[in-house]
Amino acid sequence: MKQLRKLLDRVKPHFESEGKLHAFHSVFDGFETFLFTPKSTSTSGVHIHDSIDSKRTMIIVVVALLPCLLFGMYNTGYQHWLATGATEFPFWSLMLYGFLAVLPKLLTTYIVGLGIEFIVAQWRKEEIQEGFLVTGILIPLICPVDTPLWMIAIATAFSVIFVKEIFGGTGYNIFNVALVTRAFLFFAYPASMSGDKVFVNTAPIFGVGNSQVVDGYTGATPLGQFASQSSDQAVVLTNTVGEQITTWDMFFGLIPGSFGETSTLCILIGAMILLFTGIASWRIILSVFAGGAVMSLIANVFNTPLYPASMLSVADQLCLGGFAFAAVFMATDPVTACRTNVGKYIYGFLIGVFAILIRVYNTGYPEGAMLAVLLMNAFAPLIDWCVVQSNIRRRERRLKVVK
Amino acid sequence: MSLNLRIKKGLDIKIAGAIASSETVVKVSPKTVAVVPDDFPGFTPKVEVKDGDNVTVGQPLLHDKHDEQIKLVAPVSGTVKGVVRGERRKIERVVIEPAADTATQSDVEIPQLSTAEEVAKFLKNKGLWAMMRQRPYDIVPSAMAKPRDIFVTAIDSAPLAINPAEFIAADKEALAKGVELLQMLTKGKVYVSRRHNSALSDIEGAEMVDIEGPHPAGNVGVQIANISPINKGETIWTLDAMTLWRIGRAALTGVVPTEAYVAVVGSEIAKPQVVCTTIGADVESIVSGNLKADERNKRIIAGNVLSGTKIAADGYLRFPYRQLTVIPEGNDVDEFMGWASISLSKNSESRSFPGHFFKKIFNPDARLKGGRRAFIMSGEYDRYLPMDIMSEFLIKAIIGRDIEQMEKLGIYEVAPEDFALGEYADTSKIEAQKIVREGLDYLRKELE
Repeated sequence: MKQLRKLLDRVKPHFESEGKLHAFHSVFDGFETFLFTPKSTSTSGVHIHDSIDSKRTMIIVVVALLPCLLFGMYNTGYQHWLATGATEFPFWSLMLYGFLAVLPKLLTTYIVGLGIEFIVAQWRKEEIQEGFLVTGILIPLICPVDTPLWMIAIATAFSVIFVKEIFGGTGYNIFNVALVTRAFLFFAYPASMSGDKVFVNTAPIFGVGNSQVVDGYTGATPLGQFASQSSDQAVVLTNTVGEQITTWDMFFGLIPGSFGETSTLCILIGAMILLFTGIASWRIILSVFAGGAVMSLIANVFNTPLYPASMLSVADQLCLGGFAFAAVFMATDPVTACRTNVGKYIYGFLIGVFAILIRVYNTGYPEGAMLAVLLMNAFAPLIDWCVVQSNIRRRERRLKVVK
Repeated sequence: MSLNLRIKKGLDIKIAGAIASSETVVKVSPKTVAVVPDDFPGFTPKVEVKDGDNVTVGQPLLHDKHDEQIKLVAPVSGTVKGVVRGERRKIERVVIEPAADTATQSDVEIPQLSTAEEVAKFLKNKGLWAMMRQRPYDIVPSAMAKPRDIFVTAIDSAPLAINPAEFIAADKEALAKGVELLQMLTKGKVYVSRRHNSALSDIEGAEMVDIEGPHPAGNVGVQIANISPINKGETIWTLDAMTLWRIGRAALTGVVPTEAYVAVVGSEIAKPQVVCTTIGADVESIVSGNLKADERNKRIIAGNVLSGTKIAADGYLRFPYRQLTVIPEGNDVDEFMGWASISLSKNSESRSFPGHFFKKIFNPDARLKGGRRAFIMSGEYDRYLPMDIMSEFLIKAIIGRDIEQMEKLGIYEVAPEDFALGEYADTSKIEAQKIVREGLDYLRKELE
């Protein structure tokens, strides 16, 4: 540690205003504060501070995402092995395959996103902010595994610049950066983001895996199967090789889908971490699930072959697609969510309702969680405004009584 | 009559250096004392004395530019050692060296106080007026506004504070006299708040408020908000029990008591204790020989760790002259990846730190422990503010200098200290108290 500190102290002068490397001052500062807690002490107000800071907060979210990431690797391998007709599923080979599938995407988002953050921070002469640590891992998790890297790079650059930085950076954005990346991909490159070709990797990666898919293979996700269902058929959800899947399959997540979104179990482990540490709002998570359950129930009671997804049970609805992931990791982004406690209930509940509403009744979109969260991001300030107004009205009423 | 107030929201930060027993009080005679006009927001100082003048205790040193009757007076008899001025000739402090022989005042007369005007003039001239505060704005009361009610606090819930009622509870005569005088200044009530089961017995004429709960239960703003909130156009006066006692004593004898009971606390104090000294005493006299002899840089705080003032080692006690806290500064520590720490000794209200679950005593230093950010986490301020205030929105309105919105969100009800706990727990390390203070000053300037 002492050696490292000495090294930093030795190179530090080069990054200060007179130094040759001043252009990289923010980058250096970012690394220094990452390695050593800043020594700056309080200059006004309270003299002691809580140990929590935004680095801690963000890192907890990253930790909470790890179960999903690891399971996503396994599942990517598993789906590949299944699609290529394997009968044995060697754990480490599956993991290696999944790792090789996701690594380039992680590197792409972090290099593009952090690169832009570094440049902007330097330009604004600010500290590097940690928000992208989470965004960078979220993006690969919510994209189909076959998404080309160049698309991810463009979409990441677009949302970091136009959704976050032009508003002022972390803490000022209106929309969830990771979800806008997903939405950008979805609307700009629909062929690569939906359908039955993109959710399962069928080609070997760096020589790992097989190349020949089995007969009767279909890579459609369960929700994709609904979207392409003709309305006069009974719906039977199947996996890639035609075997029927159960609610438990959906819960554990060995089904095709976006990289990290399939396993409700792993998402719930992440939710436990976030709720235990108090980083995510339980109000939001609870009310998203409540809203989703209510809407699923309504859809299920009035089920009609016209909208095949209305046949799904409440449990299936909550386990499938990106719903649980959105509830736990997207809706709870404190910057884009409602900031009042009452607002959080309303915000979460409406996300749940809209996610299922879009999923069931808009056959153009097989999944509605992404759009529901983005929609409510836009309405969050309005909901907060109403809650704040009620506080203001209480105060005005009190004044009238006095007069 | 008495009210009960049970505060639920809040937090008692457990930090090292508390006083084990407040029964032994150590007497300290200061080498010098100082009056610091900055302690009295809203008071614009004009000097009445100059270097080398001999002053007697109770003699005016400064008066307010807007109301000449409001004085700050000498806490001791002695020689004026300096009128220290800072940038743009702003008066920073008036320092007095106490005379060796503390001759008692000779021509003391017991004041005749039968009207509100007489009481007001008496308090102003004796330097007691400046020891009160008014809401809105958290300033020395302006002479114009009549207070709706007056709130006296005989409770201090801040970290490491001692019960201020303890030392004066026995002098019932003076407390009752003080309440009687205050009652002449308001048509409303005089509330006196005390810790539930406090040694302070009921005071005649006052509405007693028994308070339970964690900090900020002792903050007068919290008490006002939960008893009878301030509306736009109303004024409330607030003072602490010590000031009430001084008012009563002064009215009974004609002499303002100048002793102050100070809790000398904090992890860098060798033996935390109660010190009885003079208002505005120099810190050196108080802490000499009682600082820990370790190599750490120390931060001396006049007041508590949440809303006190950082002072230099040659500084002075500051209003309300109740507490002196010394903690490690912390700028001499190299902490490797503190954000990833799972150490049990890290103080935090976040459950992401294991230390949170083992409620032991912490020894925090003055580091921010993170970088300053925009608001990220929500609800961190409301969590510790037992008032009907939407803190975060109010802070944003203040930053935006939106007067209408500030009024609507209740800026008249708050003082900076009400946001201290939120500022402590804030992930984004926002300087909430500074923002609120600037907001109050801005509002006053714009509206007057």
